[in-house]
Amino acid sequence: MNKDREIKVEYIARVEGQGSLEIRVSSGNIEELHLDIFEPPKFFEAFLIGRHCSEVHELTSRICGICPVPHQITALRAIENALGINVSEQTRDLRKLMNYGCHIQSHILNLYFLAAPDFLGYESIFAMVKEHLAIVKRALKLKKLGNDIVELVGARAIHPTSAVVNGFTRIPNKGDMESMRKRLVEAKQDAYDTVEFFSSLKIPKFIRKSEHVALSNPEEFAINEGLLVSSEGMRVEEDRYREYVKESQVDYSWAKHSQVVGRGSFLVGPLARVNLNFDRLSDDSRKLAKEIGFEVPNFNPFMSHIARALEVINALDDCIRIIDRIPFREEDRSYEVRSGTGFAVTEAPRGILYHSYEIGDDGGVKKADIVTPTAHNARNIENDLRELVPAIVDLTDEEATLTCEMLVRAYDPCISCSVHYVNLNGRRVR
Amino acid sequence: MTDKLKVAVFKMTGCAGCQMELLRLEEELPYVLEIAEIPYFVMAKRKNLEGAYDVSFVEGSISTPRELEELKDLRERSKIVVAFGDCACHGCVPSILNWIPPGVAGKIVYDDFEAIHSKKESYQKICPLDEFVPVDIHLRGCPPHKNMILEVLRSIALGAKPFLRHHPVCVECKLRENVCILTFEKRPCMGPVTAAGCGAICPTANRECEGCYGPMSDPNASSLAQQFLKIGLTRDDITRRFRKYAGITQAFVGEAGEQ
Repeated sequence: MNKDREIKVEYIARVEGQGSLEIRVSSGNIEELHLDIFEPPKFFEAFLIGRHCSEVHELTSRICGICPVPHQITALRAIENALGINVSEQTRDLRKLMNYGCHIQSHILNLYFLAAPDFLGYESIFAMVKEHLAIVKRALKLKKLGNDIVELVGARAIHPTSAVVNGFTRIPNKGDMESMRKRLVEAKQDAYDTVEFFSSLKIPKFIRKSEHVALSNPEEFAINEGLLVSSEGMRVEEDRYREYVKESQVDYSWAKHSQVVGRGSFLVGPLARVNLNFDRLSDDSRKLAKEIGFEVPNFNPFMSHIARALEVINALDDCIRIIDRIPFREEDRSYEVRSGTGFAVTEAPRGILYHSYEIGDDGGVKKADIVTPTAHNARNIENDLRELVPAIVDLTDEEATLTCEMLVRAYDPCISCSVHYVNLNGRRVR
Repeated sequence: MTDKLKVAVFKMTGCAGCQMELLRLEEELPYVLEIAEIPYFVMAKRKNLEGAYDVSFVEGSISTPRELEELKDLRERSKIVVAFGDCACHGCVPSILNWIPPGVAGKIVYDDFEAIHSKKESYQKICPLDEFVPVDIHLRGCPPHKNMILEVLRSIALGAKPFLRHHPVCVECKLRENVCILTFEKRPCMGPVTAAGCGAICPTANRECEGCYGPMSDPNASSLAQQFLKIGLTRDDITRRFRKYAGITQAFVGEAGEQ
């Protein structure tokens, strides 16, 4: 057994953004364990001050190019909450479609582009093209579908433009939506194949029971609105988020880590959502979960990949249901600006995302507060690694490093998001 | 094939949206891999090779000394450097920071900003790539449309000059047969001063152009600002509109305000 060991990844590949991993084990004890993110800070909460409430979602979209949709929707909902606007059912449904589209493309990116190469022994999806063309083609097709949903509803796949306060500047064309519906139905087979493919991979057996936190709604699978619930019994309205989740600075880095008050780190993302809302997944996703022997609650963070794949089926089913009920009619989007404070929590592909704004009489932002999924997960990833590393001491350095990287990739961190305000300790060494 | 283009993709201070748009070349991926190999692309690859590249796509602006060092290094190793997207070209949305005096933003966001800044330097300012190194191709947009990315790749492979649009969004808007929302609906559209390339996405979706491709060549920003005043915008509204995607450019700084 190797009692002294150093695992060092200078620039973690196949995750979004710039981060590094450093673990030092001495005489079997972990002396140092840092998930460092050296992506520079962008100070969004500072420069949002003074901007108009009608443009906040357009600006916060630029926090993240992978999940611009939830950043838009969360900002819009928080602003609408501050202004006392109740949006129409159609707007809520169109936003759900858009977020599901974003979840599909982001999940497929993580599953096939970022994670699958590790399991199949390739360095990237590009290297898989020769020997696994069918798998790559399936990935590209599903990813395109997700992007196309966002584009159809939001006018652009990345940083959509038609979603605005109290509605959409353009309601999608019903005929286009009917064609999209057909593609969604056809894509189900690819989604089944995705679940089967990922459940056939050798997923590391590693259980660590941490608190799982997700949105939950009695009537539907919650992605855009709901109560904040957890596996430890949390059950709160979104406007009380700050009473339950606290951020703190850690001495070795500039990251603010999130923790549940009085408890500790927590996990957000597909595994938490599926664990906490399993009975609200679509019939077909639950059926397939049974077929592959996936049971909830599941506390293996590597199983996030399976949860992600099951969520793709659910997203397709829910999108079909939503398209069938949208009236596709023009609506009045007018609203009045007033002062107020608003809150919103949504589910980004990688977990809950919190925005809050204080708006002045003139509609200007006076205060902004944003906490992203990766900021929520950062401490939990480290805590997982603390237990994982001693369990893999018998692996070679290379295998152990890869296993640690695979755990990080299972969380699908979005580092650009996490540093919209923080700058974690980091360096790049060549 | 040995004569494939060596294409590298780098990320500086940005949101990864440009890289995501590159990966949106889904149906086109087989073609891209036919003309190019990708030795360096950390978001998509685990084995990244440091070496000489034919083309480097650099997403994001420069906001730390570490990024500046990396930029200078990759410039030396690259035949062609592409400022990939609006952050790299004009600073984009994060450049709104440049109007906040250094230190102030840090204090708003961090409990103890100095404790951080003493260990790690951030310019607290957003700088486009060509402030530091020569840039061969400015691929504008937030994000640049994937067809423009393909146009750049294809042109370089063929040894041709890429066709990048410097005319205003209005040209594309007319081609889409949209009714002008500035003239007929008196809505503050940035189209007349904004470079084309998106296909007039926003006006086609009944929304004013927000200017996310940055200034067209030789725009008349002050004339558009006059129009905005006439249709009822305040001076603050106008400043905000120009101080968004490319406020730090010479073309817009008159309306966006001196930093």
